[in-house]
Amino acid sequence: MSSYNRRKFTDVFVRSACVLSALIALVPLGSVLYYVTVRGIGGVNLDFFTELPKPVGEAGGGMANAIVGTLKLVLLACVFGIPPGVLAGVYLAEFGDSRFGKWVRFSADVMSGVPSITIGIFVYSLVVLTTKQFSAFAGGVALAILMLPTVTRTTEELLKLVPESLREAALGLGIPKWRATLRVMLRTAAPGIATGVMLAVARVAGETAPLLFTAFNNRFWSNGFNEPTASLPVNIYTYAVSPYEEWHRQAWAAALVLLLMVLILNISARLLVRSRVGAR
Amino acid sequence: MSLSSDVSLVRVRSRFWTRFGREVNVGDFVFRRVTAFVAALVVLVLGAIALAMVRGSQLSLAKFGFGFVLTSVWDPVRDVYGALPFIYGTLASSLLALLIAVPISLGVAIFLSELAPEWLRSPVGFLVELLAAVPSVVYGLWGIFALAPWLRESVEPFLAKYLGFLPLFQGAQHGFGLLAGGIILAIMITPTISSVSREVLRAVPSALREGALGLGATRWEAVRITVLPYARSGLVGATILGLGRALGETMAITMVIGNRAEISSSLFAPSYTMASVIANEFTEATGELYLSSLAEVGLLLFVVTVLLNIVARVLVWRVGRLPEGGRL
Repeated sequence: MSSYNRRKFTDVFVRSACVLSALIALVPLGSVLYYVTVRGIGGVNLDFFTELPKPVGEAGGGMANAIVGTLKLVLLACVFGIPPGVLAGVYLAEFGDSRFGKWVRFSADVMSGVPSITIGIFVYSLVVLTTKQFSAFAGGVALAILMLPTVTRTTEELLKLVPESLREAALGLGIPKWRATLRVMLRTAAPGIATGVMLAVARVAGETAPLLFTAFNNRFWSNGFNEPTASLPVNIYTYAVSPYEEWHRQAWAAALVLLLMVLILNISARLLVRSRVGAR
Repeated sequence: MSLSSDVSLVRVRSRFWTRFGREVNVGDFVFRRVTAFVAALVVLVLGAIALAMVRGSQLSLAKFGFGFVLTSVWDPVRDVYGALPFIYGTLASSLLALLIAVPISLGVAIFLSELAPEWLRSPVGFLVELLAAVPSVVYGLWGIFALAPWLRESVEPFLAKYLGFLPLFQGAQHGFGLLAGGIILAIMITPTISSVSREVLRAVPSALREGALGLGATRWEAVRITVLPYARSGLVGATILGLGRALGETMAITMVIGNRAEISSSLFAPSYTMASVIANEFTEATGELYLSSLAEVGLLLFVVTVLLNIVARVLVWRVGRLPEGGRL
């Protein structure tokens, strides 16, 4: 009987330890959300969205250029990252059993583990050294490379989930294979792929390291895509490590705005999937 | 779905392309070639990254050879570079992160896949994954103004008081240092390790659990005797994936680790990681050799993380591949 009690005790002990670790894991999330909200909310006002940063020592100012810069960079990342990612994913799902397909899949998986700072160095030597300037273009390329493996693998996985019977029905009607893939398979998988893409976008929108030596930074507005460009993440970094009280306030406000952008994207992507699954 | 419009196209479909005596649709031919070309880009980009890193670090490779990873002088003024302090800082902070994150992540994974009631699983899983959605730089900001002061005022004095006889917990208490770096990395890799572990545990056939429970095992015994051995290689894989993320993580750790290229036995002491030194010095590096040395640090980081990733993925795949009710 005592052995039974001991087993019972161990069971309860380990189970509570598991519950406890789940709670511990969530403490930092709570703390980060709390700090960012409380410290950031004071700095978020109309000026923050419409004004340029003020020089050190002058109160006020905003980060309008960085907000626009982040949007620009994300837009470029989408333009450069999504179409190739989706097409490569289609290739893997349709013809990916070949030896070449295995190499592509392997490369995508390996690439998703490459540190983002390394991609920064790569794009620096590829784009910045060639064009001889930091630019939004270079930053967009870096973020696109970060997105590429995620988009590729998500597209592949989701295409594979579409029932073959749909394709067979389409082919039975005499449609060429490529149209069946694009019009039937891809369209059926589209909501899921959109979710994966949104998650990837949310991730790169908050990336800092690959932008440090590609998009660089800019205190003023940048015209077009060929000038150094400010972004929210890089600004948060620069302001956070500066010694100025006023800049710290701005950094928290920027963190709040960035976090909201990222979380809204992330959560709505997940809800999109859940509502789909629930409907089935 | 506009199938009808597609059907009408069938009639005008061109059928002049013939290969191996079979009719091949032109569209199919082009479609396959185009997607294959784009897929090849993925391989090309990875190859180009590797090539760029090797080419960028050639000067430093030639000048310092193997000594680069064994010496600890990093002096741009005298143009002498040794990466040992950064390698030490990277390894120490990542191992510390694993020490903290692995038990917690395993607990989370077991909780989510084995213990939690059905209604609790997806909300808790969702929250843990939100941890991964918070941008690195926001963790860094929080690290500077919330974590480091807390460590300086509460945690480090406490550790020094009760465990101060260990060299690990001696020296000045800044808040910024290896300990802060390790903790912030642990927070950031917990979602990675726990979500991969959860998937691995889910891949374990439930017949195994049921068998153990049917023989009178408690919940924990069923997990320990059947689930964990079956999932072991996958759990190791999940840990290695976490390690890969920790090694390459840049912003958050740069903001809290103190950025001093010294090797100290104390967890309170400031340190420096490979990713941090690149982030801090790359844009300011003037000399050719300086840039090249930074690129070599990047190359080392690249090689290590790629190898770790390959190992981890092989281990994780293996669990899914074991035959139903496979060996224990």
